[in-house]
Amino acid sequence: MNIFADNGYIEPVTDRVTKEECNACHFAFPAMLLPQASWRKILENLENHFGEDASLDSQTTQHISQYLASRSGDAGSTPSKFIWGLDNEDPPIRITETEYWIEKHPHISEEKLKSGLAGLKAICTVCHLRAVNGVYKYE
Amino acid sequence: MKPIVILTTFIAFSLVGSLRAGELNELINHYAALAKTQDALFDGFDVGRGKSLYITKSLDGKKDTPSCTTCHTNDPTKAGETRAGKTIDPMAASASPQRYQSLKKAEKWFRRNCKSVLGRECTVTEKGDFLTYMKNS
Repeated sequence: MNIFADNGYIEPVTDRVTKEECNACHFAFPAMLLPQASWRKILENLENHFGEDASLDSQTTQHISQYLASRSGDAGSTPSKFIWGLDNEDPPIRITETEYWIEKHPHISEEKLKSGLAGLKAICTVCHLRAVNGVYKYE
Repeated sequence: MKPIVILTTFIAFSLVGSLRAGELNELINHYAALAKTQDALFDGFDVGRGKSLYITKSLDGKKDTPSCTTCHTNDPTKAGETRAGKTIDPMAASASPQRYQSLKKAEKWFRRNCKSVLGRECTVTEKGDFLTYMKNS
């Protein structure tokens, strides 16, 4: 399957170690949704991972780092649409800060999030019921 | 004195090897052996101290995780939830009998979560107290 195609499919994390470690606390976000620079920034600061210490031994960190880089949004010859317009000098560490995500989710307003749905943005699977299989078509 | 320290250290390391098929008791024994090497007056772990460690709020850690209960709830027999919305199996051994089988896993989560909540690593005594509380919950 063409992982760049606009058919609502985004390749889920396929690497066992990466899936296991990320998934211990949250949905394992697809590597493609961020550029290498973002993943590097995240992996280099696991001690302060969105308010928690998520550090791993260096071997595991290295492994995950390599996997995410190899499948990141700019791993292919053409950058994926998910990372268009991002500043590599100051890469985002939240998928929800990418232009693509913001443009695609106008219905998830700040107002809604403040009214008790805080944290919703981190849980793709609340709305994308089959995201674990890579299916993001709005259902 | 020295041979005793060496022997106890040897026992502690031997226990690590046998934990794969082990249970929570073996994990607690491991920390007890370690505690004895650090403090000759060590007289066992304590459920009350473990509970206190579990529920007490700390100001020294990360602000989003003031205590264990932030994610694990006040009742260790109940399922918890990570800040990112994932369900966490209960911590109590009675509710999650399969949880405590690996020293490596225990050490990984103590390191991370003690740093998140307390802003430092937990002592051997704190780890043993915590596990003793979970064993009795």
